[in-house]
Amino acid sequence: MQPDKLIMMANQIATFFQSQPGTGQAESVAAHLNDFWEPRMRQQLAEYVASGGPGLSPLARDAIPHVRVPVE
Amino acid sequence: MKDFILPDDRDMGTPARTGAPVTLTIDGFEITVPEGTSVMRAAAEAGLQIPKLCASDNLEAYGSCRLCVVEIEGRRGTPASCTTPVAEGMAVRTQTPRVKKIRKGVMELYISDHPLDCLTCAANGDCELQDMAGAVGLRDMRYEPGQNHYDPFGIGTLAQGDARARSTGDLGNPDYIPKDDSNPYFTYDPSKCIVCSRCVRACEEVQGTFALTIEGRGFDSRVSAGAALDDFMSSDCVSCGACVQACPTATLQEKSVTELGTPDRSVITTCAYCGVGCSFKAELNGDELVRMVPYKHGKANRGHSCVKGRFAYGYASHKDRILSPMIRDSVDEPWQEVSWDEALTFAADRMRGLQEKYGKRSVGVITSSRCTNEETYLVQKLTRAVFGNNNTDTCARVCHSPTGYGLGQTFGTSAGTQDFDSVAETDVMLLIGANPTDAHPVFASRMKKRLREGAKIIVIDPRRIDLVRSAHIEASHHLALRPGTNVAVVSALAHVIVTEGLMDQEYIRARCDWDEFQDYAEFISDARHSPEATEALTGVPAAELRAAARLFATGGNGAIYYGLGVTEHSQGSTTVMGIANLAMLTGNVGRNGVGVNPLRGQNNVQGACDMGSFPHELPGYRHVKNDDVRDIYEEIWGVPIDSEPGLRIPNMLDAAVAGTFKGLYCQGEDILQSDPDTKHVAAGLAAMECVIVHDLFLNETANYAHVFLPGSTFLEKDGTFTNAERRINRVREVMKPLNGYADWEVTQMLAQAMGADWNYTHPSQIMDEIAATTPSFAGVSYDMLEEKGSVQWPCNEDSPDGMPLMHVDGFMRGKGRFIVTEYVATDEKTGPRFPLLLTTGRILSQYNVGAQTRRTANSEWHDQDLLEIHPNDAELRGITDGQWIKLASRAGETTLRALISERMSPGVVYTTFHHPDTQANVITTDFSDWATNCPEYKVTAVQVSHSNGPTDWQEEYSAQAAQARRILPAAE
Ligand code: SF4
Ligand code: SF4
Ligand code: SF4
Ligand code: FES
Repeated sequence: MQPDKLIMMANQIATFFQSQPGTGQAESVAAHLNDFWEPRMRQQLAEYVASGGPGLSPLARDAIPHVRVPVE
Repeated sequence: MKDFILPDDRDMGTPARTGAPVTLTIDGFEITVPEGTSVMRAAAEAGLQIPKLCASDNLEAYGSCRLCVVEIEGRRGTPASCTTPVAEGMAVRTQTPRVKKIRKGVMELYISDHPLDCLTCAANGDCELQDMAGAVGLRDMRYEPGQNHYDPFGIGTLAQGDARARSTGDLGNPDYIPKDDSNPYFTYDPSKCIVCSRCVRACEEVQGTFALTIEGRGFDSRVSAGAALDDFMSSDCVSCGACVQACPTATLQEKSVTELGTPDRSVITTCAYCGVGCSFKAELNGDELVRMVPYKHGKANRGHSCVKGRFAYGYASHKDRILSPMIRDSVDEPWQEVSWDEALTFAADRMRGLQEKYGKRSVGVITSSRCTNEETYLVQKLTRAVFGNNNTDTCARVCHSPTGYGLGQTFGTSAGTQDFDSVAETDVMLLIGANPTDAHPVFASRMKKRLREGAKIIVIDPRRIDLVRSAHIEASHHLALRPGTNVAVVSALAHVIVTEGLMDQEYIRARCDWDEFQDYAEFISDARHSPEATEALTGVPAAELRAAARLFATGGNGAIYYGLGVTEHSQGSTTVMGIANLAMLTGNVGRNGVGVNPLRGQNNVQGACDMGSFPHELPGYRHVKNDDVRDIYEEIWGVPIDSEPGLRIPNMLDAAVAGTFKGLYCQGEDILQSDPDTKHVAAGLAAMECVIVHDLFLNETANYAHVFLPGSTFLEKDGTFTNAERRINRVREVMKPLNGYADWEVTQMLAQAMGADWNYTHPSQIMDEIAATTPSFAGVSYDMLEEKGSVQWPCNEDSPDGMPLMHVDGFMRGKGRFIVTEYVATDEKTGPRFPLLLTTGRILSQYNVGAQTRRTANSEWHDQDLLEIHPNDAELRGITDGQWIKLASRAGETTLRALISERMSPGVVYTTFHHPDTQANVITTDFSDWATNCPEYKVTAVQVSHSNGPTDWQEEYSAQAAQARRILPAAE
């Protein structure tokens, strides 16, 4: 999957949770990714972040440690 | 075939009333009816039919034929029973010598200006005039032939069925008007008209179109469609068929009855087009379908219909239907017809092979919201239990997935809160991004009826749709927003309600999470959400928006109806939450006349979502990550279920292009035409090694398929559809499948070919499995549907009769949740290259990708997609009405004709996606809703310019399509 699409999607999700009151936004982003993203999409995103991950919003980046990444 | 016992189907003469009980006697029989009931209806309820011609129980009484006269003790004269209300102690006589004599006289007069060609008349055996002549005992005609409407030659008694009447010579009779044949589905033959006005009233009261009038007076009066020179086709008529239904004679008559004869049996079933889910009587001779008549006891439609369900069923027997399975090794080869066995083995081997080579998760399915619940359930079961993954998605992804997410988050359930009847108690309707008169016509008629009774409507839509202004309808406010600014507008409405203190505090305290409300109130009160601050962005005048917000908050019962203009955006889910906020703020959830009502596009969008066709949830909206839910299915299916969410449609295509998704079973869905960014879809399909298309026709997606499995139509199978009000309606087999198997059988055979031990022998067993595993369906069975007709889920121990109204004593999730809805501009922005915004939609006569409706006479109303453009934008570009133009976006370009229209706002253009040669989705982009990936169909930056013919893409595409559709002659 092209990384630019995944980045855009992840950023969109982060933008929504960024606007929500309270704390735990990064966990919310991660929960959304865990619930709705197929494992290979999460894996690609994690790999992308591991390789530097330019273009990803700070909140999306903060969410990564909470994302379940499949071990293959 | 199982016989369905029809409830009382008699015409009771006048509409039912509710009121205090009144007791009277009719011919000595005592009967008690509600106050306001007519004497005619009271008699019918006592089992006594008073002769009538101008009355019908779906129309207000009119009192013009005087056939229904009765005598009432202590009253003078002979009042018409249809217009006389009952009174306590009244004593009515329906068969006195005096009234019998009057009735005979009335009939004699009618017949004196009516042709007597009953034997060759299309309504023979189904004509109320005939029946009444019989009922009053008319035996004698004392009138001499004279001035009349029925004899073209003016020589007295020549009837229409007479061969001489078909000669084309000089028609000597100035009062004779020839038949109007212009409508493809019905004729108007004025020579048979008795001027009872039932058609005119049906068009007004039932349909709400006001296309018909009675012109002239006395003997000269005739029914007329529109202005003097109009015929039915050129008039405002929308061909709903209500007038045809109402007509007691052959004057307005279905052409199919004229051609095929009067039907002799009928089966109750459900329309397979839109989410209204109208009930119909399919009327047949043997297995030949003669006509579809809206079913009076259908709770979604109450006896009304639109042109699609009523008339557009001809695709079922269209010559394009593919009836034998076909396979091919690669898509550049022609198709080869093979046996079912061979096709299924080929498909199963390929899918299994792909899984071995590329992994379990390399294949998946797409189901259609046109299929039945049982079919959809089986297809997702195929993925989960046989493929062993969760790669199942449905076309609801591309329409209402944000509804699922948004309402799930706020109310706790993904469904509309009301039944359709609820609109009759609404005071203010808030209509957002939906065009019901075209997309949900029968429900639109009910909205219009309520509006004529005095309810108000606020329309939020970039186009001036019919509900903004049309016959007897005038919206209080039309907020013509710029596409893509829904959240800003909905938030501004909430801002006004909160800052002006118009919210229902008591309701919020009782029903919603108060802390979350506090957060929300603080957020929404910020000046950046005020209508003044957002005006420049949304294009909606602040004063107008404020007035609309006040009306909604203070105007009484407020109901929100919305459609794909809400969901198909980058912020689709956010808008749905904003809508839920508005309803909670104003206390408008939990009783009749209010609520949040998504208008579903296709017939079974609700059902497809309910049945677990989304990749993250099992039936009943339960996430696959939950062990307790998987346990239920693992136990009865006997296989482990993947606990990770699967791929959604856009993800499948992305993964296909990336090389990790290789095989697809696509049932009843044409993703190549219906999904956005056609080129990307085509690339995804081309990259797959096994595409199985299960459909009626060689659709566009089939151009990239390796296996074609013929599908069956809704007339050829048993099942259920769930409409937009959560109503589970039966679909009944009317005739045997032309292709040999109902769709659920085909899916089962594919599963069996892949090694599954499935042995359903009837869809009712699939429903039993659904009921056994899904709490909201626990009480549903075919037996109970036979008995009740239909039921609205949840239907279980707590609500054994279903639930017309949701969230009555509190929200499903407990407390309603207010969610902060920050507006985020879509990345799809206009600029110098693409200065206009394109939004897409549908029109009345066509449906979705048009695969069905294009194969019917409905195309006479819409034979091509047009680009609607405001006169200013057209003038700026030197574009004239009807001209070929090029429409381009960053994704692609296509050509089509322009329609200059004041309905558009400047800067916004609009088109439909019903025709494959236009391929409007070449233009749409791959942007999507943040939460659900529902594509952003409703906003694309485009440019419009002159064109001199099809684009290269269009030409390449049709060449590829022609190549891919070749079928080899069957091998011996
Ligand atoms: S078909 Fe419907 S719209 Fe047309 S004239 Fe009859 S009632 Fe009116
Ligand atoms: S067309 Fe039929 S319904 Fe209309 S006035 Fe004539 S007879 Fe009555
Ligand atoms: S298309 Fe919709 S409104 Fe029309 S008949 Fe079918 S279900 Fe009813
Ligand atoms: S039926 Fe009562 S006047 Fe015609």
